[in-house]
Amino acid sequence: MKNLPTFFERREIVTPGDMLAEGEYVAGENTYKEDKKIYASRIGLVEYGDRNISVVALRAFYIPRIGDTVIGTITEMGFSGWTVDINSPYLALLRASDVLNRPFRPQRDELSTVLNVGDLVIAKIVAYDRAHDPQLTVGEPGLGRITRGQIMKVTPTKIPRIIGRKGSMISMIKQETDCHITLGHNGVILITGKKLEDEQLAVMAIQKIEEESHISGLTDRITQMIKEEKTKKRKRRKVKNESKIQETN
Amino acid sequence: MSQKSKKLIDKKGLRLDGRKPDQLRPTKIEVGILANADGSAYIQQGKNKILAAVYGPREAHPKHLSLPDRARLKCRYHMAPFSVQERKSPAPSRREKELSKVIRESLEPSIFLEYYPRTSIDIFIEVLQADGGTRCASITAASLALADAGIPMRGLVAACAAGKIDDTIVLDLMDTEDKKGGADVPVALMSNLNAITLLQMDGILSFKEFEKAVNLALKGCMKIYALQTEALKAKYMNVKEAAEE
Amino acid sequence: MSSIVVRVKQKQIEQLIAKGKRLDGRGLTDYREIQIEQGVVERAEGSARVLLGKTEVLAGIKIEVGTPYPDTPNKGVLTVNAELVPLASPTFEAGPPSENAIELARVVDRGIRESKAIDLEKLCIKPSKKVFIVFVDVYVLNYDGNLIDASALAALAALLNTKMFKYELEEDDVKIKPGRTPLPIRKQPIAITCAKINGKLVVDPWLEEEQIMDARLTITTDDDGNICAIQKGGSGWFTSKQVLETAKIAKEKAKELRKKLVKA
Repeated sequence: MKNLPTFFERREIVTPGDMLAEGEYVAGENTYKEDKKIYASRIGLVEYGDRNISVVALRAFYIPRIGDTVIGTITEMGFSGWTVDINSPYLALLRASDVLNRPFRPQRDELSTVLNVGDLVIAKIVAYDRAHDPQLTVGEPGLGRITRGQIMKVTPTKIPRIIGRKGSMISMIKQETDCHITLGHNGVILITGKKLEDEQLAVMAIQKIEEESHISGLTDRITQMIKEEKTKKRKRRKVKNESKIQETN
Repeated sequence: MSQKSKKLIDKKGLRLDGRKPDQLRPTKIEVGILANADGSAYIQQGKNKILAAVYGPREAHPKHLSLPDRARLKCRYHMAPFSVQERKSPAPSRREKELSKVIRESLEPSIFLEYYPRTSIDIFIEVLQADGGTRCASITAASLALADAGIPMRGLVAACAAGKIDDTIVLDLMDTEDKKGGADVPVALMSNLNAITLLQMDGILSFKEFEKAVNLALKGCMKIYALQTEALKAKYMNVKEAAEE
Repeated sequence: MSSIVVRVKQKQIEQLIAKGKRLDGRGLTDYREIQIEQGVVERAEGSARVLLGKTEVLAGIKIEVGTPYPDTPNKGVLTVNAELVPLASPTFEAGPPSENAIELARVVDRGIRESKAIDLEKLCIKPSKKVFIVFVDVYVLNYDGNLIDASALAALAALLNTKMFKYELEEDDVKIKPGRTPLPIRKQPIAITCAKINGKLVVDPWLEEEQIMDARLTITTDDDGNICAIQKGGSGWFTSKQVLETAKIAKEKAKELRKKLVKA
């Protein structure tokens, strides 16, 4: 097993069609096997496991999985529920009976008073298969309509990087920016802070992770960047206060 | 009665633009240049300027046209009215319709369509300036646009044409060479699987000449493939260099 | 009737092909029975009907006087059109030409044009002013696989059957004289199509083979064995070895098919 041929360095960038290995390996995420050869199927960083070879994709889109928490936008109101854009090739359905917590009565219940087109929701995927569009639920604590905060999108495969080892990266960002951050598995992220500039700092940090996730030493660079931004802000506030004092004098 | 036409290859073996028989035109490729499309690529090959964009996978509309077990691939090859010497009408011509079909069929085998049932993957190709070999350059760009969109593929498809001018087999014909030459053989190759996904020919070639032309075109495809992988990684390599400073 | 091949039948076809045989008893390089009838539409200047197994194609030729293209002032004009008539198959719909009809017409055109089958210079009446235009209309009447080969054969047979007008040029006026003369045909290009099924090449695919094939490769050769047109179709692929093998098969089979054509 140890001496079977592999062709790239660990975490090297590979492109679709690159032959990653030959022999008794198992084709993991974003790879496929043909004729005892493992090829990459997406551009990304190759990971060589003991038997499993996979690629962490740099470009991908979200395919629903049962149990995932997702953040989506209501795009349409139907007869008995809503259509939700969950940043995926498939549109999701949220049934009225799920939101109301009881059967939907068309004569009495007006859907738009509960959720309207353009609303943001945090939901969970309860059903999905190849033949049907995904179904959502908001019937758990922490789920439901979003009333404030900023939304941003990242490549879904970067979410684990944003979380970091044992949540270290995301905890650091939350702490430094004093924001509440919800990471949807579908690559949509909700940031709620006390001040707009705090939210913007969190957005900046996450964007940087998205762009540089393939380069090592990321945690240090992000910590560095946040510190620099905060120092800049302090200096700006200092200058502002000083000019105010001058005016009143 | 007919004038003696200018030679396409001179005594030193150089072509009208100074190239050797097995030389590609200067090629520049950029990936991810359109903000709205899910994936995109731009290619400049000699005077060819071609833009390719991919939308998808996305819900297929209308629903009855969707396939239950795979994504439906659609491709539109279109030439801008100002792309050629004499203004071309914007309405799709028979040639554009045929090319849309063969280009789609050259990329279809490279995509894992069966992963995304009931969806649609749309490829749009716009030829902004044309100088021969546009279908090959289009395939090269479209394949990159698909990879840029994060669509899982068996491999990148690179395309290149070979042909015959003045009894010499040459690579990558430009428009004058195609029009005045003896044959044109466009080829598309998914190199990791040795799969020829596009093959056409017009003109006259003996069996031996045809064999020579195909082999030369395949060599050209390998050169183009190297340029493709470079272009695809370029975005990330630039960021890496900047971060490591 | 469904146009999907039942999976059990697909396996059956593939297994037989692996053994070198086909469902209708043919070998891998055998054509179905071919019948060619010329002069079936008297109003047309030339016509032919081809039956390739159950695939039926009718080709009609009309000759008109017109103006030449500006970049070829001494040459007549050839134009090929194909119609996948709705009555030919449950899958054909009425309307503007589909991509399949357009591809069919252009592949048949390529074979005739690139082989220089018609001596277009002999169709020049008055350079830059008046030439003969040859309209080739391919009409598919029943679709049971391999339209390209059947259509190319029908078009060529119709051209061989074509009688042109005799004319007199009075200043710029073309006056039709009595009598007819055959169309100046120099070469007889024949299109041969191979389908790739389960890694094997089979010649002249019938409908169900076409529905399960990976891809098809059409190679048109002239009387001297030169290749004048190639078209790969379908969403699969060929290796370079398979391409050259198909070219060899095409050259051989074209010779066979050419013998079935009789000059009008």
